[in-house]
Amino acid sequence: MLAYIVKRLLQAVPVLIGISIIVFLVMSVIPGNQATALLGAFATPENVAALNETLRLDEPIPVQYFAWLGGVLQGDFGQAYSLGRPVADELAGRIGPTFLLAGTALLLCTVFGLLAGSAAAVRQYGWTDRILSLLVLVGISTPSFWLGIMAIVLFSLTLGWFPTGDMYSLFGGGGLLDLLWHLTLPALTLAVVATGVVARLTRANMLEVLRQDYVRTARAKGLPERTVIGRHAFRNALVAMVPIIGIQAGFVIGGAVYIEEVFQWPGLGRMLVTAISQRDILLVQGGVMVVATAFVLINLTADVVQALLDPRVRER
Amino acid sequence: MGEPAEPGEPVAALAEPAGSGRAGAWARLTANRMTSVGLAVLGLLLALTALAPVLPLADPDATDLSRHLLPPFSEGAWLGTDQFGRDLLSRLVWGTRVSLGVGLAATLAAALVGATIGLLAAYYGRLVDTLLMRGIDTVLAFPYLLLALAIVAALGPSLLNALMAIAIVNVPFFARAVRGQALAIKNLDYIAAARLSGFSDARIILTEILPNVFPVVVVTMATTLSWMILETAGLSFLGLGAQPPTADLGSMLGNGRELVHRAPWVAVLPGVVILLLAVGINLVSDGVRDVLDPRLKSGVLVRPAALTARRLPDAASAAVSAAPAPALGPDLVLSVRGLSTRFEVGGRVLKAVEDVSFDISRGETLGLVGESGSGKSVTALSLAGLVASPPGVMVKGEVWLNGGSGGPIDLARADLATLQAIRGGRIAYIFQDPLSALNPVLRAGEQVAETLVRHRGLGRGAAMAEAVRLLDAVKLPGAREKARAFPHELSGGQRQRVMIAMALANRPDLLIADEPTTALDVTTQQRVLALLDELRRETGAALLFISHDFAVIGDLCDRVAVMYAGQIVEQGSAAALFARPAHPYTERLLQCVPDLKAPHDVTAIPNLPPAVDRLPPGCSFAPRCHRATQACREAPIALRALDGDHAARCLYAEEVAAGTAAPAGAPAHG
Ligand code: SF4
Repeated sequence: MLAYIVKRLLQAVPVLIGISIIVFLVMSVIPGNQATALLGAFATPENVAALNETLRLDEPIPVQYFAWLGGVLQGDFGQAYSLGRPVADELAGRIGPTFLLAGTALLLCTVFGLLAGSAAAVRQYGWTDRILSLLVLVGISTPSFWLGIMAIVLFSLTLGWFPTGDMYSLFGGGGLLDLLWHLTLPALTLAVVATGVVARLTRANMLEVLRQDYVRTARAKGLPERTVIGRHAFRNALVAMVPIIGIQAGFVIGGAVYIEEVFQWPGLGRMLVTAISQRDILLVQGGVMVVATAFVLINLTADVVQALLDPRVRER
Repeated sequence: MGEPAEPGEPVAALAEPAGSGRAGAWARLTANRMTSVGLAVLGLLLALTALAPVLPLADPDATDLSRHLLPPFSEGAWLGTDQFGRDLLSRLVWGTRVSLGVGLAATLAAALVGATIGLLAAYYGRLVDTLLMRGIDTVLAFPYLLLALAIVAALGPSLLNALMAIAIVNVPFFARAVRGQALAIKNLDYIAAARLSGFSDARIILTEILPNVFPVVVVTMATTLSWMILETAGLSFLGLGAQPPTADLGSMLGNGRELVHRAPWVAVLPGVVILLLAVGINLVSDGVRDVLDPRLKSGVLVRPAALTARRLPDAASAAVSAAPAPALGPDLVLSVRGLSTRFEVGGRVLKAVEDVSFDISRGETLGLVGESGSGKSVTALSLAGLVASPPGVMVKGEVWLNGGSGGPIDLARADLATLQAIRGGRIAYIFQDPLSALNPVLRAGEQVAETLVRHRGLGRGAAMAEAVRLLDAVKLPGAREKARAFPHELSGGQRQRVMIAMALANRPDLLIADEPTTALDVTTQQRVLALLDELRRETGAALLFISHDFAVIGDLCDRVAVMYAGQIVEQGSAAALFARPAHPYTERLLQCVPDLKAPHDVTAIPNLPPAVDRLPPGCSFAPRCHRATQACREAPIALRALDGDHAARCLYAEEVAAGTAAPAGAPAHG
């Protein structure tokens, strides 16, 4: 098992290098004078000179890349000019809220998606299946940013059950209950689309597994359906679902950008949107790099969990 | 979003209705009700946006501050106005036009670039392939929306840049799908021929490969279009796409978010329209996938139920048969009478098992022999209601299990709970391929222990200890360690020993072994068979042994039943049957086995058995029978008793048994 983890970690290294190259390249294809573009409204002569110095903008691209990467590896993403503080400091404060939101949503979509998908598969073509399939169709077709606004209109403005947003800091007074109260609507909204996808794929996987010979063996042993489905079928379907859930994490993190905007959530997503409209490129670069790295690590974790569930995976 | 090719929604179609060409595809597409609904929704929205210039709508960009934020159903503004007094209905129609246009353009762009990359990677292979696909993988390593954000950040917010960004992040889906398909056809003969005849690469790619990957491109477009519409709208919602005064559905929603406290209605409809678009596209794309994706056609997923469906004459009556229990001799374990099981696939009915009857007594081994597809496995599975259903249906017959405390039970009519108590208890199965029959993620010992917990009510610890003892009893070396192994860590023979331990765990009255050694190599076969025979003698269980191998049957069985096309064509003691086969089919099978000690395959007979949905009206063996006469083809042949319990389903059974030639004057073939 340890060997497997080490192997997967080593495989992640080239992926991370690839990601850093793409992030770097995207930022260096900006048309016009780079320093001026990167600085935007803050392009004072001193700033331009300082930036040229730190990013080595007058040197060839590979040199620039390694200079940038060297900084990133030491946690130095440069200066966020629109905020007047280092990018790293800004990121540090924003990561927590985003991961709380996305993590909760991922948990919700995993639990509900697996349950709904299995229920639909077990009652294939029954009413449960039809209703769930319809819900899933609507779920994966719904723009989450719209759903969030509708949730605010209904649950906040009309019923007054939940706040419309106004989360300023995670632990700034209010305590855990207050946090959950603020988290409910955004997390549920964010989970909807992913729940639909997970449910749909769980159903397909369960149907596939239920046709397998070992399910017939389990039935031939006289095991009750509860055991056949829960122990024999679901565990195998889960093995296939774990990496899919890892991939869903990427969509959830992406969707969090919308949800943070709708609910004014103080996370990386809103930071990115503001940074893009103010063209604070270094801040965008840092944010994208951090989130993409997190995504790679999440998928790695998913692979390890899959290997724990299925001994065959370890030996691949 | 993010779905890898998922088996499509199974649409009430087990059998693919014949239909070819474009008209056929369209007919199949609209045959699905949900797809038709999707087409209707999409058609309506498309018509509305296409007609936007000629509809009597207000100018979507005309501001009139005196009429700002009018609620819906106001005079002259059905859906109300926004903060600049612009007509929301008009903006909605025009915005839909923009969103649809942008989504379609992004999809086409992604398809073009992605397909090109996929084709180049597949066609040139090697370094080109490695480089391109590494790039594609890296793009996929980003969270979907995030890379789009980075691209917009670099290019600057605008609708065109948003379109490009969304197209770029979708390129990998096309590149991968197209590459896969192109690789599959690249090495086909006609491509090689085109190469040899000196066609240029470009010509081969465009005229030979492209047409074949086109369906894949269409399927991917259908799946990705709704995401692209959603995501471009999303970027506009964030203020990074459409810039004022241009409005698409997303930017209208963004505006609605700002106005949510003062005018909540502004945000409602743009979202509804996006939802309708996406639902319509998803419904149609499921339909398109079912029609175009050949991989999914074959594998329509149907979940087999826990109990075979039954349509028995008196099944409605009760859990226990309405027919009175017959008087069964005390030694009789199982008495099967007139069992018929069918597969109902689409409109077709396959008579897999037709009117099969046999008895098995305590300690006896009955061999069931026949080619694959002759119905022997279905017969075995029918006994405990384990035939996969759908499509299996038991339509006739009784299956009496004798010797229980409550007298004989008719398993064909017993309810699921009763059967579950008997499965793995009094009747146990050993299946053909132990690798697929054992659960890959559970340890061998657990799988044995499970049946002990179920039937003997042992606790987990006691069950595990007993499981190890059983594994030891089936001569699994190192049983204690092997109990902790997963099936893939065992050899084929070891796995089959685990299956045998599992089956014998609760000392069954009847053991059903369905080709238990077919998946094993020859030496292992002999050892497993010897073990099976030994354990059977020790436990006194009756054994129903299914095989296509007459040599094995001869070694092991007291009595033999030969199946052909769903029917028993000959039955009798092994001695009588081997000495005087009374059915031409048995005769031929035995001729194929010159040395009974050497394993031999009965499939070595010329011609194939008839498909069970196209049986000839008379004797089903007639097309392959060298004795067939006109009389054989006229009416079904009955199973006739010869001497003792020897019976055969042949008009000329006596002649066959006596070894005399075919009756003179009868045409041998025809
Ligand atoms: S009934 Fe006729 S066709 Fe059938 S097996 Fe006998 S001889 Fe052959």
